[in-house]
Amino acid sequence: MDLPDDDRLTREGLALGEADAPATAAPDRLLLIACGALAREILDLIRRNGWDHMDLTCLPAILHNAPDRIPDAVEQAVQKHRATHRRIFVVYADCGTGGRLAATCARLGVQMVEGPHCYSFFEGNTRFAATAEEEFTAFYLTDFLVRQFDAFVWEPLGLDRHPQLRDTYFAHYTKLVYQAQTDDPALTAKAQECAARLGLAFERRFTGYGDLETALASA
Amino acid sequence: MADDQDDIILADLDDEELVQQMFDDLYDGLREEIEESVNILLERGWQPYEILTKALVAGMTIVGQDFRDGILFVPEVLLAANAMKGGMAILKPLLVETGAPKQGKMVIGTVKGDIHDIGKNLVAMMMEGAGFEVIDLGINNAVDSYLDALESEKPDILGMSALLTTTMPYMKVVIDTLIEKGVRDDYIVLVGGAPLNEEFGRAIGADAYCRDAAVAVETAKSYVARKHNQAAMRA
Ligand code: B12
Repeated sequence: MDLPDDDRLTREGLALGEADAPATAAPDRLLLIACGALAREILDLIRRNGWDHMDLTCLPAILHNAPDRIPDAVEQAVQKHRATHRRIFVVYADCGTGGRLAATCARLGVQMVEGPHCYSFFEGNTRFAATAEEEFTAFYLTDFLVRQFDAFVWEPLGLDRHPQLRDTYFAHYTKLVYQAQTDDPALTAKAQECAARLGLAFERRFTGYGDLETALASA
Repeated sequence: MADDQDDIILADLDDEELVQQMFDDLYDGLREEIEESVNILLERGWQPYEILTKALVAGMTIVGQDFRDGILFVPEVLLAANAMKGGMAILKPLLVETGAPKQGKMVIGTVKGDIHDIGKNLVAMMMEGAGFEVIDLGINNAVDSYLDALESEKPDILGMSALLTTTMPYMKVVIDTLIEKGVRDDYIVLVGGAPLNEEFGRAIGADAYCRDAAVAVETAKSYVARKHNQAAMRA
């Protein structure tokens, strides 16, 4: 199995059959339509659990920064793949769509992941909600976001062109919490460097795949 | 736009050209140039209120439209806002002195658990630009913080901002508390933030949801006018 390249996951997503065996028309197979930021994690879960009945396709992860476009993009993907897959699961949380994605999924008759965003379901929605109150000055990064820090944080916030804006954005933040899905010293080092670039204290917290695994298991 | 910047001597432009140049400079987030232009217009005898509305607010409206249409992005909006702030800082004391028209008073803040403040700051600035007195409570406001401010400031409008799905519902907590205390109808409640929509605004009992700062200003004006009319009818 080829792991997809992060830059492509960010801008283009992942085509059906690209990372796993090419999917033929398979009405009993389960198609996962996911955010590109979850591709590696989902493929890893599929492999480890032997979920051979699942196929994966991903939308460009960068939609993260334009959440108002997520519901339509998901709808198009669902329509596109309906012909080959009767069973579809949307691997997105609300992601800042203010309930619009949930409404779209309900209308299309497909299910999605519970929770507000990936920071929450990686940590476990219940746990995240319980700590959210005292931790609201934390800025979270997942494995994917650490690897794609420049594409998702640094450049969209214009910090490459206007470094003086850093303190306008982050004035009220106290720490960067790296929610580690995997144990990778190189990624931890990079996360630490991200914290330094943002002028924030650093904390590493191993989450594993959290509620993502349970959500897929029951999909 | 930015390339010929160095060649332009702002003081050499006539009024119309200068205002046009201010639109460009706001768009490019050039704070010093905006400050200089504001001072030039003041020297030429422009009323502070005129500079505010015809140059700064009008220029920032263009920025807001291009942000809405996906032409400008968050950093550009922040830089533009920062440039406008520079101009406002010069005008503010003069506006008070010259008795510029007053539209009403607003208390605004981001709700508990949320520290997104860019949109809220923009709304506060455009409301000020439109002649409202704005009390900005900053970020992470619990019910008590809003209530205290309402009591001490007696504003016409309460504005709440939220950018997170997890913090949006807190707006309802605030409104429900106002209802409980029997003061809900003393205020016009406006809500905003990217994940909200009209339906949500209605569901939580706000008077209106506003998509952006320009809509916020228009909505605030019409509600305040309505409120004054109603008060006049009752009197
Ligand atoms: C910039 C940004 C940040 C900056 C915030 C800097 C700051 N000081 O505000 C940083 C990078 C620090 C940040 C942090 C986080 N963010 Co953020 N952020 C954004 C982003 C990209 C843009 C928001 C913004 O500033 N827009 C620009 C302004 C001008 O627009 P606006 O806020 O919508 O405001 C306008 C209108 O809505 C309206 N309005 C707004 N408020 C009000 C109030 C009233 C009364 C009225 C009338 C009108 C009104 O008028 C404004 C002007 O036109 C959005 C994505 C997006 N495109 O919306 C994510 C987004 C909101 N963030 C998100 C998340 C998850 C977070 C973090 C948890 C991420 C993390 N890695 O830890 C933290 C949150 C921490 C916390 N407790 O608050 C998610 C929310 C998802 C969800 N389910 O809720 C989003 C949607 C991104 C995503 N898809 O995941 N973020």
